[in-house]
Parts: sequence; structure tokens; C-alpha cells
Amino acid sequence: MKDTEGYITPDGRQIGGVLMEMKNITLRFGGVVAINDISFDVREGEIRAIIGPNGAGKSSMLNIISGFYTPSEGEVFYKGEKRPPMKPFEVARMGVARTFQNIALFEGMTVLDNVMTGRLTHMNAGVLSQALWWGKARDEEMENREVVEKVIDFLEIQNIRKTPVGRLPYGLKKRVELARALAAEPSILLLDEPMAGMNVEEKEDMSRFILDVNDEFGTTIALIEHDMGVVMDISDRVVVMDYGKKIGDGTPDEVRNNQDVIDAYLGVAH
Amino acid sequence: MTQSTEGAAELRSVPALLHRNATRFGARPAFREKEFGIWQTWTWSETEREIEAFALGLLDMGVAPGDFVAIIGRNRPSLYWSMVSIQSVGAVPVPLYQDAVAEEMAYVLDHCGAKLVIAEDQEQVDKVLEIEDRLPEFHRMIYLDPRGMRKYDHTTLSSFAEVQETGRNASAEQKAELEKRRGGLGYDDTCVMLYTSGTTGKPKGVVLSNRNIIETAKASCEFDHLTEREEILAYLPMAWVGDFIFSVGQAYWAGFCVNCPESPDTMMTDLREIAPTYYFAPPRVFETQLTQIMIRMEDAGPLKRKMFHYFMDHARRVGPKILDGESVSLGDRLKYRLGEFLVYGPLKNALGFSRVRVGYTAGEAIGPEIFDFYRALGINLKQLYGQTEASVFITQQPDGEVRSDTVGVPSPGVEIRIAENGEVFYRSPGVFVEYFKNAESTAGTKDAEGWVATGDAGFIEEDTGHLRIIDRAKDVGKMADGALFAPKYVENKLKFYPNILEAVVFGANRDRCVAFINIDLAAVGNWAERNNIAYASYQELAQNKQVLDTIQAHVEEVNASVAQDDMLSGCQIHRFFVLHKELDADDGELTRTRKVRRKIIEEKFADLVEGLYANEDSVYTETEVTYEDGRKGKIKATLYARAPKVVPVETKTLEAAE
Repeated sequence: MKDTEGYITPDGRQIGGVLMEMKNITLRFGGVVAINDISFDVREGEIRAIIGPNGAGKSSMLNIISGFYTPSEGEVFYKGEKRPPMKPFEVARMGVARTFQNIALFEGMTVLDNVMTGRLTHMNAGVLSQALWWGKARDEEMENREVVEKVIDFLEIQNIRKTPVGRLPYGLKKRVELARALAAEPSILLLDEPMAGMNVEEKEDMSRFILDVNDEFGTTIALIEHDMGVVMDISDRVVVMDYGKKIGDGTPDEVRNNQDVIDAYLGVAH
Repeated sequence: MTQSTEGAAELRSVPALLHRNATRFGARPAFREKEFGIWQTWTWSETEREIEAFALGLLDMGVAPGDFVAIIGRNRPSLYWSMVSIQSVGAVPVPLYQDAVAEEMAYVLDHCGAKLVIAEDQEQVDKVLEIEDRLPEFHRMIYLDPRGMRKYDHTTLSSFAEVQETGRNASAEQKAELEKRRGGLGYDDTCVMLYTSGTTGKPKGVVLSNRNIIETAKASCEFDHLTEREEILAYLPMAWVGDFIFSVGQAYWAGFCVNCPESPDTMMTDLREIAPTYYFAPPRVFETQLTQIMIRMEDAGPLKRKMFHYFMDHARRVGPKILDGESVSLGDRLKYRLGEFLVYGPLKNALGFSRVRVGYTAGEAIGPEIFDFYRALGINLKQLYGQTEASVFITQQPDGEVRSDTVGVPSPGVEIRIAENGEVFYRSPGVFVEYFKNAESTAGTKDAEGWVATGDAGFIEEDTGHLRIIDRAKDVGKMADGALFAPKYVENKLKFYPNILEAVVFGANRDRCVAFINIDLAAVGNWAERNNIAYASYQELAQNKQVLDTIQAHVEEVNASVAQDDMLSGCQIHRFFVLHKELDADDGELTRTRKVRRKIIEEKFADLVEGLYANEDSVYTETEVTYEDGRKGKIKATLYARAPKVVPVETKTLEAAE
């Protein structure tokens, strides 16, 4: 089934066809069922959020999308084609980039070098050429540096370009991680709790950047987030998970008024 | 008289100078901006093409001669170009302070009746749209950075690039029209209108003619032998007259290169990379840099620290003399050379001052220690005294006659007169035309013969001919017993301590002086960290007992020094508070150029002033603050007063002094 029809968001953005589809995904760790028969899709140009209480299986779902986990059952369709089991780097080559819940940057390297690593999938000069800094390796690095500098400019981190990441405060590290993911020029960007541990101002900045990335580059974004205010404000559609099951899916307003969601978040007498 | 030789026709306007530069220095760099991590360069001939394209685009939009066009943004080549494009079509550029809140912009935009606004980015566009309803004349806006602008209604909005594109496709008729307007620009036509931030009342629009700007630029370039080989870093607000003179007036006259930083936060890195040859900074910048150096030296290893202090002591002794060309023994010279290799050279390099040939500071008094520090390093730092109304230059220090306590001799073409009450008056080719739509203020400032009141009190030293400024004329007052009260004089002495960021002294018509003090969070915070003093906020640190002790010691030293001046010994500080908040332009306590607004502070913190005069030991107060986004909040604090030692003196009255 290939759905090419999109929809128009309340703020007037045209959302395209289905970019990625998760079909009846189940993930088991031994006897534990982390994800139980979940299906949903992510459309082109959309900001799609996955929410749910702790342990609902959100990060596992993101890890399946990024190829870190292979689902026990079910299939992943990407750009209309069924995706065979893949290694994460193969998925990355297909245009999927991500950030991590607990920042995974190279602390001793500068911001610039960290963001450059986001371009690795776009570099294929040989070891010798790279070691000698000659020919293809040099041209490639210059091209890639240009992309990286545009990202640095976009995220307004010029002033820390040469600063080792280890010396940066938490909020900025998160931004650097976003920069690295963006440097890969992904067609789909996965954000695992981009606002966790931030203060209000940092959250506002990050929200602004997420919206701008989507607006400026048309990047499709799938994000996991705990802060309900942020999720409801910036996402177009929301999937709600609880104990590995999907309990809601729709626009923020629909989800907000869904009884199952309210029960999951506020608790209900069993 | 304000006689001046009128330049040849091709030198009578900034667009004319542009054309001369494109012909004469065509391949030399005119502008640089760091973008995407690399310095991008535009030569004079490229600059001319960029400016012309934008000018034709403006023409196409229907910008008419005499229109006012506002420019809001930080220093960027495109914004500098747009000023000259605006002049080319006969309109008048009005640069505004980009950090002003929408409310402040509303007044200025309405006052000049700007029809068109050129804004740097979404932030500035939003501010103008917010106040759009109150601007009957305003109908179009051009923005530079397209980021985030996609969803805006573009019926009255265009991007800079679009306007230039339209200009590049202009018809022959339009080109001829531009040629005609450009050729018609006269020496007495308006070059730019700059709003003064104003320590009191509403801002005033200072109209400066081509004559004002070009004569001033010419004289000041000759004074310091500035050539097309200079490099400057444009980082001060475009709305400030100094930036207009340095980055437009002098740059176009001499044909030198203006470098624009990548972002406001990268200013220090960019300064180091460019290493300007001609540099201006307000004393505050030099102070902050020195504080930073001292903090970092405290944290450095013992060997480096000892070497630094050893050679700096030597430099303070002989450096300024070497700079002034006085005789210094061979041994001292050799030792200074060694110091240059080991300490001064690397330090200057780290600061971005390796190539500075002429450096200026102005706006406030600079501490002698700070001033001497930079001169000791071999940096030719000088002082000048100026005003928007004078197109900057009133007095400046010639090479070899530099001191921290004067502001120099009258600039070429400037006449100076000291009135009976001590107020300084001047007359020069740079004297402004008028305050826009404010004949009353114009008449109050400039008399029929062209003499302008500076509002500052000062005197000319008889033996050197240098001007010394004491204080704002209106701030110089009397105390209850008739003694002279010059608050700025005392405040400046206080501010020379790195721990003190700002000070406000009260005492007019009172029997003694009291003060408010702001601590410098960078210096005091670092000191607290090294001494294991925990603090949660600025407010808490400000009332820390040890901090108060340190500040009290500073105040006592200042009192001792003030006591030595016969005329001003009555201005010693009897009691003071360290304020619980930093004085801020957003709260109206400082001007945008960070000058203290004494009256407003006195009214706002009236309870604290009374507390000091009533000898209260502590006062509880609540203060309203404005956050950067315009929201308001309250901070509450209990302040503890201190009573520093005062040197007993016999007060001389003002009458006796006269």
C-alpha cells in the first residue's frame, strides 16, 4: 500500500506521502514484550512525536527505526519499500540520523570535529588518500566542511566551533548533537528526548531550532519527548504508547482528549 | 569660523567617494565578513556593484529623495551597503540600535516617519511588525536573513537578495535616473540621521550633512595618517556616530577595509584573526579584557605567572616612554625586547592587538592603570573626546602626547571655548545641521555663530593645551554647605577597581555624599570561586560580608584620594550600598551606550537613598526588573549599608573656588 496523499497542517504546511511505515512491530527481550504489535507511519515533512510514560517502549521504537534493534515480528517500510534487517550504519546511509537521550558525543574533540563525524557517511576516500591529505580526501573534506559550516551557522554555534565538547554546558551539547545529526543531511531525523534536563529558555531555543529545521530543510522529524507542553506545541501528529502498546494516534488535540491517554498519564483505578 | 575647503565634485558625498574608491582602489578589499567559518571579501569595485544593484532595487520600490529609511541590525556588509544605496537614491539612512525593544523603536520610527525599514533578521522584523499600527508612514520592509521568514505575509516584505535581483535587471531609464540622483547630491545635503540615546528625555535625531561627515573624516584621517591599508573591525552599534565615522566616513575617505564579525559572540576570535591596525573601543571593553587577562593569569602556572608579573612591571616602567619616543637606557630597551618576545608579543597576539597602529578610547574616563597597561605593552592607545553633534571629533591626543587624565588637544578645524560656568563649547566643520523636527533643542544647543554646548564641564591645561573634562555640567552641583559636587569624578575613581562595575554617587544639596555600587560579577565571581565562597545568585554575592569588606576597602582608598583634591574633598563617600541588581539599560537605569541615568536611579531607589541618609544599617526593598523579552518581574532583597572611613577635611565652597 503506497499512500501518496498528504494533508495540510493548521499552520499551512503541506505534508507529503508516507515516508516510513511501521507495520505490526513486536519486540521481545526474552520473555519481556517491550513493544506489542504497533503500527504507525511517518509522513514526509511531518513532525511526528512518540510519547508515553516511562518504560512504555518509546526508545525501543526509535532504536528499531534507526536499525539498532531488529523487530521480533513485523516490518519496516521506508520510502515505500520493505526494509530488510540492517546494521545501524546502513540505515544511516539511507538517510536516517539521530540524537541520543544521554548525549553521545566525543568529549575530547572540538565541536567542529564532532559535527564533521556526521558527514562520515558521505566520505569515501581511501585510507591512503586521507592519511596524505591529498586528492580526493582533500576535496571531499572541503565539500563536507561547507555543509557542516552551514549547519553551524544555522544552529548559531559559531562561537564554540573550536571548543572541545567536554567543556560545554549540557544545553549546548544537546545542540551540538543536533548539529551532528543535521550534518548528515538526513531525510528523517530521530530525536530522543531533545529537551530532557533543559531549563525553559533552552527548551524554547531547542523547539525553535526543531521547527526551523523542519521549515528550512523540509526534514521529516520523529521525536520522543516527555515535556507534554512542547510535544503538543510543535508536533503535527502524536503516537501514544503505554506498556508497549499503542493507545492513541492523531493530532495533538485528538490525543489530548483521548480517554486512554488521560488514564495512562493520570493513572486509573485497576 | 567654520570655513572649509570644499572638495572636488567627486568628493562631495559618500556615493561619490565610493565611485572614486572603486576607480582608484578597485582590487583592494573594502569589506570582509566571516561567513561559514571563512572570511569572505568584497573589493571596492565589487562593493560598488552590490551597492548599485540595491540602489536600483530601492528605486524600483519607489524610494524618493528625502525619504527616511531605517536600518536595524548588527554590523554586516549588506547593511553598510544599504546605507550608501539609500544615499545614492537621495534618501536618508537612519540606523537604529538593534538591541532596543520594540517600544523604543516605535518612537524613533514614528518621529522620522520612515517609510521603509531594512531589518537584519526575523527578530528585528517581528519587532517592527509589533508596532506597525502606530507607524502611519511605514509601509515596506526588507530583510537580510531569510531564516524563519518563509511563512510571513510577503505582500509588504522582500528579501535583500530579491531587491538586489530586481536592481540588476533594472531598465536603462532607471539607471539614468539613479545616475541623475547620485550626481545631484550636494555637500550640504543630509548624509545620515543618528538618534542620540539621550541621558534625559526622548532621543533626538541629529542631522549630519555630507560636509560634516566628509570634512571630519578627512581631517581625522590626516591627523592619524590613516591610509587605504588600514584594517578595522566593525563591532560597535551601527546607530552610534562613532561607527558611522569609522566604518563609513573614514573608511570611504581613506579607502580602507571594514571587517564584520561572524556573530556577536565570536567578536574576540574575529578580532584576533583580523588584527586591526586602527581600533576603537570604549573603556569598558579594555577594562573587561584586562580583568579577563588578570583572572587567567591568576589561574596560570607559577612560572608563567611570575614571568608575566616580572615583565609587566618592567613594561609599566619603560613601555610608555619607549612609545612616546623618550630616551630609555640600552639595558632597559634590551630587557623590553626580551619581554616583547616572551610576554608582550604573545599577549598582544592573543588580544588581537599585534598590528594596532592607532587605538582610541572615549565615552567615559579610563582608569590610569588600565590605560597604562595597554600602553606599556606598546599599543598606541589614545583618548579622544567627541559627540554625535560634532560628528565625533572635538579633541584627541596626538602621538607622543598621551595621558590618561586629559582628552587631548582640539582636533584639526575645531575651536574650543570654555564658558564662565566651566562648560565646554566648540565650533567645527563637523557641527551638526539640526535636531530633526526640534528647532527648540537645536537653538538651545547651537547658537547663531555655530558654537555648540557640550554639556560637559572642563578646563584647558595652560602648559599643554590639553582639555580636561571634570563631569557633566548639569551634574556638577553644590552640596548643602556650598562645596563643589562632581559625582562622575568620584564614580570614575571607583570604577577603576576591577571589582566595581558601576557606581552612582549622590550628594547634591545634601550635607554629605552616599553611593550605590554594582559589583563586577566576572571579577568578584572568580574571586569567590577561588576562595570557596558559595553563592546562588548575583544578589547573594552582592551582600556577602567579605565582598562588602573588599568594596569598603576600595571606597576608603578612593576617599583618601578624593580628600587630596582641594576642590572636591567634600565628595568623599560616607555610606554606601552594594546594589542587589545590575543597573541595566532595559530597566531604563542606563542609556543604551551604558551611561548612568542619575535622576531615574535616584527616583527608582528612593527608599535606598533615604536609608543611607537616615543611617539605617539595612533596608528591605523590592525592585521591578524587565527581562530581555520585555516581561516584568520583581526582585526582593535586604541590603546592608557600610560606612567607610572618611578623611576629615575643611571644605572649600564653590564661591571661594571661583
